[in-house]
Amino acid sequence: MLKYDLVVIGGGPAGMAAALKAKECGVNKILILERAATLGGILEQCIHTGFGLHHFGEELSGPEYAYRFIKQVEETDIEVKVDTMVTDILTGNIVVATNNTDGMLEIHATAIILAMGCRERPRGALDIPGSRASGIMTAGTAQKYVNIDGYMPGKKIVILGSGDIGLIMARRMTLEGAKVEMVCELMPYSGGLTRNIVQCLDDMGIPLKLSCTVIKTHGIERLEGVTIANVDENRRPIPGTEQFVECDTLMLSVGLIPENELTRNAGVMIDPITNGAIVDENRQTSRPGIFACGNVLQVHDLVDYVTQESYTAGEGAAKYIKSKSKNKRTKYISVKPEGGVRYVVPQNINCDADCDVKLYFRVKDVYKNGRITVTSGDKVLYSKKKPKLAPGEMEYVIVKSDDIKELDKKEIVVKVEV
Amino acid sequence: MIKEMTCVACPLGCQLTVELGENNEVLSVSGNTCKRGEKYAQDECTNPVRMLTTTMKVNGGSLPVIPVKTSSPIPKGKMFDCMKVINSEVVDAPIRMGEVLISNICDTGVDIVATNEM
Amino acid sequence: MQYDVAVIGAGVCGAMITRELSKLDLKVVMLEKLSDVSMGTSKANSAIVHAGFDAEVGSLKAKLNVQGASLMAYYCNKLNVPYKNIGSLVVAYSWDDMQTLDILFERGFNNGVPNMQIISQEKLRAMEPYISEEAIGALWAPTAGIVSPYELAIAATENAVVNGARVKRNSGVFDIEYKDDLFFLSTASGVIKAKYIINCAGVFADQIAKMIGDTSFKIIPRKGEYYLLDKTEATMVNHVLFKCPSSMGKGILITPTAHGNVLMGPTAIDLDFDSKLDVDTTIEGLDTVKREIRKVIPQLTTRNAITSFAGLRAHIEGDHSDFVIGPSKENEKFINVAGIESPGLTAAPAIARYVGQIFREIAPEYEKKKDFIATRPAPVRVNELSPEERRKLVEKDKRYGRIICRCEGITEGEIIDAIKAPCGARDVDGVKRRTRAGMGRCQSGFCGSKVVEILSRELGVPMNQITKHGNRSKILYEKTK
Repeated sequence: MLKYDLVVIGGGPAGMAAALKAKECGVNKILILERAATLGGILEQCIHTGFGLHHFGEELSGPEYAYRFIKQVEETDIEVKVDTMVTDILTGNIVVATNNTDGMLEIHATAIILAMGCRERPRGALDIPGSRASGIMTAGTAQKYVNIDGYMPGKKIVILGSGDIGLIMARRMTLEGAKVEMVCELMPYSGGLTRNIVQCLDDMGIPLKLSCTVIKTHGIERLEGVTIANVDENRRPIPGTEQFVECDTLMLSVGLIPENELTRNAGVMIDPITNGAIVDENRQTSRPGIFACGNVLQVHDLVDYVTQESYTAGEGAAKYIKSKSKNKRTKYISVKPEGGVRYVVPQNINCDADCDVKLYFRVKDVYKNGRITVTSGDKVLYSKKKPKLAPGEMEYVIVKSDDIKELDKKEIVVKVEV
Repeated sequence: MIKEMTCVACPLGCQLTVELGENNEVLSVSGNTCKRGEKYAQDECTNPVRMLTTTMKVNGGSLPVIPVKTSSPIPKGKMFDCMKVINSEVVDAPIRMGEVLISNICDTGVDIVATNEM
Repeated sequence: MQYDVAVIGAGVCGAMITRELSKLDLKVVMLEKLSDVSMGTSKANSAIVHAGFDAEVGSLKAKLNVQGASLMAYYCNKLNVPYKNIGSLVVAYSWDDMQTLDILFERGFNNGVPNMQIISQEKLRAMEPYISEEAIGALWAPTAGIVSPYELAIAATENAVVNGARVKRNSGVFDIEYKDDLFFLSTASGVIKAKYIINCAGVFADQIAKMIGDTSFKIIPRKGEYYLLDKTEATMVNHVLFKCPSSMGKGILITPTAHGNVLMGPTAIDLDFDSKLDVDTTIEGLDTVKREIRKVIPQLTTRNAITSFAGLRAHIEGDHSDFVIGPSKENEKFINVAGIESPGLTAAPAIARYVGQIFREIAPEYEKKKDFIATRPAPVRVNELSPEERRKLVEKDKRYGRIICRCEGITEGEIIDAIKAPCGARDVDGVKRRTRAGMGRCQSGFCGSKVVEILSRELGVPMNQITKHGNRSKILYEKTK
């Protein structure tokens, strides 16, 4: 059996950053397992710019952002196996993987970092009635066809969901000569960044229809059109508002789901809201020595935050690998969302956390002048008003380590109130 | 003339109302909550620019296309002209990261550069 | 091209019958209108093996159902098709329902269904821990089971081809002429001559029969809508669960599938005669399934649905209709196999044998082949292998080490096998039915484009000529540049 100090599953931005940080912290033998033919993950097909403003202070395209990390990995002795799929994580931190050079691999790892990313919510999960024609695909699949394979996946397009990938694809398809008829959004607000609405839709003259959804697909072979309808406050279609829109393609950008099949099989506890692992401030999961970061932990909107989070996980894994007493029982403070806050990551903080902790969270709705508070019992750890909070934009607050040490109640609550 | 726009200087997304003069000069900006909004309106009304990202056809590469971008933002109105030029050209592999593949595209003074290697 | 027999329709009956005929020393061709075998009713049904207590005593349905249920294990073993003998429960909720169970029991007994039992609430709860508290008892039929219906059709086709049968896909029959003891079939791929015809055209069987002047039956397409749930829900249901039957069929059922998912449905809506291609799902239909399911297993939701789909059952017009199997009154060399609605899948192995007998009676001139190969080898299923077997396989062929579909763990090697198989996959859905690539929870979001790439490479055509399910269901347009 192969033996490594650290095995990182996934060679996208999260996996690379975590591995690099662990290396920097002195971890010796590190292996990255990547299922694609190259490192870089989904960034390789995200050819638009907008990456790296926080991390590098400049605006890079996806491949450029990935490239910088790939080069850094190449400069270290971090080992990489590409075209390698991890199929299982066995008790005792044994990673089972398969590829076409080694066949089956069993690797013992002192620590494991999960960085498998996420997948797009498919049509089946949406319950759109109608035909099973071709031409119905997720925006990410369409993105791969256009940007990697160099083929047009459609000419006359309706996009359902105003997530960022959908918005980016609206512009991308228009630039390549397709007609994007509209973007329909079920919610009364867009899930994408404002900048993308302006530069991808407004610039291209593409209408954004809010509180609107696709209720039927038409066409037996290739898609011939969709029926759209407005929805009421309960997101049910309003009779009488149905409208047929001719199109050959329906692109779906209706949310991302962390890819946690391996995580579940490994017996790691999952947060039902994030669909990612429950972690502490080091991004350690409920299983000692297994860490998680990036979109497999929680869906991010900015890769820069993925990098930050992955550095935290890399550092946490390094600490774990070096620590003598690995499976000691520690005391936790649990972090709970309340009011307008949908979830918080990390969900737990070690009582003896020795540095400030950033709490990342998302809100449930759009709030104007909402107040973010962090409290523990009667004690207020943080309180600030924000002019705008939206579900599409991840927020964070910092809790000081001194404050954490002094808490007598073992719970912290993050809340947003208007 | 009155023009409505959404400010993208920060995630707040203020709805701006811009009053334009006869020569499209900005007379007034309202709806913004900070100074950056005013500057954004000025730039957007007088000389809106955008980064253009797309792909270019490759000969002899591991993939049929390579991602490219403009080396700096170009006038918004020239995006489709630039697309036409980019789509008519073919580059030979190998290609380095950041390599200039088309220089001074559409007389904008801006180059088209590779954003990956192949 | 001249054949001895033309089988029209490549559903599970067509395929099983073609295989049966390939035991004889004759030339048989199976003609399919669509781009692949098993594209109609056979790919969108409840995928279960009925014990046989539903069909009326003395009917052909009853006889072939009970025979089929007992033959299924044998055929699935020979053809290496996923099959599990998990048994079924008809669940009762009321005094009325309990009386229905008695009627079903008696009918089953008369039909020859073995080992049935009416069980108590306690026993039912022990067998199905998540069953509704309102359930008070059930009819237990241990001979029922589940099978992968499209794989049965595919496997039978492959085996028939190995035994010399021809399959012509994209070859819909639009006219039949009979002269000089020969049928002349005008098809989308030219004229085909045959001495005998077996009409297995599913919902279109009445239209095919009409081509020789046989208007003795009419087929109503009866739509059924289903949800397929993620394997994560597999612990919620252990057996085929029926509600008590109604006049429109056996009602909505919940069942594990042979691959470990959960299937629930179908609704039953009669469509017009001219809506035989309408397999659209509807808001009403899907809502009905959701509502009915809650009565059986209240905790089961569609939150983890992988997909929903609809299929058409070939229902012969009339209330107590039976299968129509036998030589046509218009021409005895034309054998109808029509109205094969539920329990058609269960009956398919028995139908194949029965039609084989009928054929030998009207065409005694053909001898049995001496070299008939009865077994279809099991396709490689990498995720069912032990680590050691997997290692050896990858050493032999590296392509079995490259996973393409991550949800189901399907490798490039398996996809290539499916393309190269006799009557192999030609489109993305064909690969999906043969290998399960794209059947998982991401619904081919990741592997779809890779499957297109592999099909394109293996078939030697550009990516934009690869379709989802034949004809104009293309996936890609021209190159971007």
